[in-house]
Amino acid sequence: MSPSLILAATGGTLVAAGVVLLLERSLSRLVVGVLMLGNGVNLLILTAGGPSGAAPILTGHGPHDGPRGALSDPLPQAMILTAIVISMGSAAFVLAIAYRDGRLSGDDDVRDDIEDLRLRRESEDDVGLRAERERRAVADPSELGAREESDSDFPGGVPRDVRRRSGRGGR
Amino acid sequence: MSVLVPLPVLLPVLAAGVKILIGPRRPVLKRAISLAALAAVLGVAVVLLVRADRDGPQTARLGGWPAPVGITLVADRLSALMLAVSAAVTLCVMVYALGQDVAERDRDTPLSVFHPSYLLLTAGVCDAFLAGDLFNMFVGFEMMLMASYVLVTLGGTMARVRAGTTYIVVALLSSMLFLVAIAVLYAATGTVDMAQLSARIAGLPASVARIAEVALLAAFAVKAAVFPLSMWLPDSYPSAPTPVGAVFAGLLTKIGVYGIVRAETLLFPDGHLRRVLLIAALLSMLAGVLGAMVQIDVRRLLSFTLVSHIGYMVFGVALDSAAGLAATVFYVLHHITVQTTLFLAAGLIDRRGGTTSLARLGGLARTAPLVGALFFVPAMNLGGIPPLSGFIGKLGLLRAGLAQGGPLVDALVAGAAVTSLLTLYSLVKVWNQAFWSAPPDDPPPDARTARLPAAMVAGSAALVVLSLAYTAAGGPLYALCERAAAELLAPETYTRAVFPSGGAT
Repeated sequence: MSPSLILAATGGTLVAAGVVLLLERSLSRLVVGVLMLGNGVNLLILTAGGPSGAAPILTGHGPHDGPRGALSDPLPQAMILTAIVISMGSAAFVLAIAYRDGRLSGDDDVRDDIEDLRLRRESEDDVGLRAERERRAVADPSELGAREESDSDFPGGVPRDVRRRSGRGGR
Repeated sequence: MSVLVPLPVLLPVLAAGVKILIGPRRPVLKRAISLAALAAVLGVAVVLLVRADRDGPQTARLGGWPAPVGITLVADRLSALMLAVSAAVTLCVMVYALGQDVAERDRDTPLSVFHPSYLLLTAGVCDAFLAGDLFNMFVGFEMMLMASYVLVTLGGTMARVRAGTTYIVVALLSSMLFLVAIAVLYAATGTVDMAQLSARIAGLPASVARIAEVALLAAFAVKAAVFPLSMWLPDSYPSAPTPVGAVFAGLLTKIGVYGIVRAETLLFPDGHLRRVLLIAALLSMLAGVLGAMVQIDVRRLLSFTLVSHIGYMVFGVALDSAAGLAATVFYVLHHITVQTTLFLAAGLIDRRGGTTSLARLGGLARTAPLVGALFFVPAMNLGGIPPLSGFIGKLGLLRAGLAQGGPLVDALVAGAAVTSLLTLYSLVKVWNQAFWSAPPDDPPPDARTARLPAAMVAGSAALVVLSLAYTAAGGPLYALCERAAAELLAPETYTRAVFPSGGAT
């Protein structure tokens, strides 16, 4: 069975575009990326069903058992249908989360992990800011403890000054 | 043919539907329904385990259609064992969650959302274990994931939404990889039935088989959090509600491990990717435990040890021997129970101490000795102290590794021993800081000194007893795991159960 080039190329393009969008920080772009990726993979499954234009199932012979191209294989289409329903549900949920995130923080960017921020700050300390930190710690001994607390209890998420902005306007 | 096989999937789904129909009122009735459904699943799973061990794999043809046209559910020894332990763990966690609900009435964990989602999660987990074809397994995964998206963002607070986005995006990506693997396999073989795939993949060109194998293993490795695909896990699990985090840590990663075991024994038994798996196992162990050592939050620390212990299970699979697989199966059972217990214990620490940050905990050994016991036993178990079940599993793995030999396997044996010690170090650090050090001068405002709800303690204690039972019944249980491994290494048993009259090729 030689698959249709157009279907395969379209599927590949969709997957590539989906992966690019998945790397974005904005959740709404991410949803579009997931949908494109899903559609690309669905086309891939469709190419597995044999050449296009064959008749729907009539008798007991499918393309893998009977004469080639005689009948269209219904199983990939059933699988795609299931996958479409599942990705629609997932997309709806991610959109709801993006909305919730927007209500809570004013944008829908995926935030840096709190622990990553802590590690980044500590590695910055290692490369030269340690003296600065120690000076502050001497001035205010509760500094270290206070930082630990704000790290572990997530009071209102990450401080706004360290949140990375994607720098792209007009969203 | 057995009518019992579909019940572990059907019962929780039905219970979830009935609870939604009942609506927001009558909480006592709804709690009773949850407990009854999960207890029934446990009963069915135990019966299935006994039958699968005595009579061979139990199958059910959905709608009466024979394979490969219809969907088959198969419960062999591995599936039934996983099912039984999962059912026991979900039941205990539900008891714990009920205690927490009754005591706290927390706005952040709405009861009417938690219960149906939790039951659907259970149904998805059972479906993934029982699925006899890859696409049904995908559907089981998706059921479980959909429920887990809801559970991980329960209440929609800032921290949970932030953690949930990482989790959801990574899960969606791994689902896509799973679909790609299914598409490749279907295009190459014309079937998604695992028994039939097992027979047909052997005839495929090596390059095609490798593509499918890599895609499938990558999808499972994301779910199982095998290094380097494990980065999402310590970011997303700690902020979930305690019962949710516990059941995720215990069960969801093990479904990925189950997938890897099935793929490497039933679908691709030739073991071409053994070396890759061995290296991934070594890196998981070390990266996970090194991450755990520097953590100051108990839940994050436990999440990192989870990653490192997934390495042990992958190690056993990659050994590709009967001894290695038997040890893996035993280790999976042990780890589901112990990791869940530890997360529940972290919840109890949170309740007593008001925080899970080691910087602000202390003196719990005097103020909460019961929590101390419920943390200490599973912590020592995870660290591999004899005679607890962690020691039995690790001993089995190390002996299987030493029996095989070779430079890479020897390196893994050494890595496993080091990881075990470092795990013990991390957990002893928690013990010393939270339980044995002096109480903090300014206890966090959330610290509660009231009695712990009986149901929370009962749920934790039941899991501790279950993990001790693995030691008490160590001999028969390990023998059962060895029989399960022997069955895995003989795929024809599985094929014959699905195609009783032949015709799998």
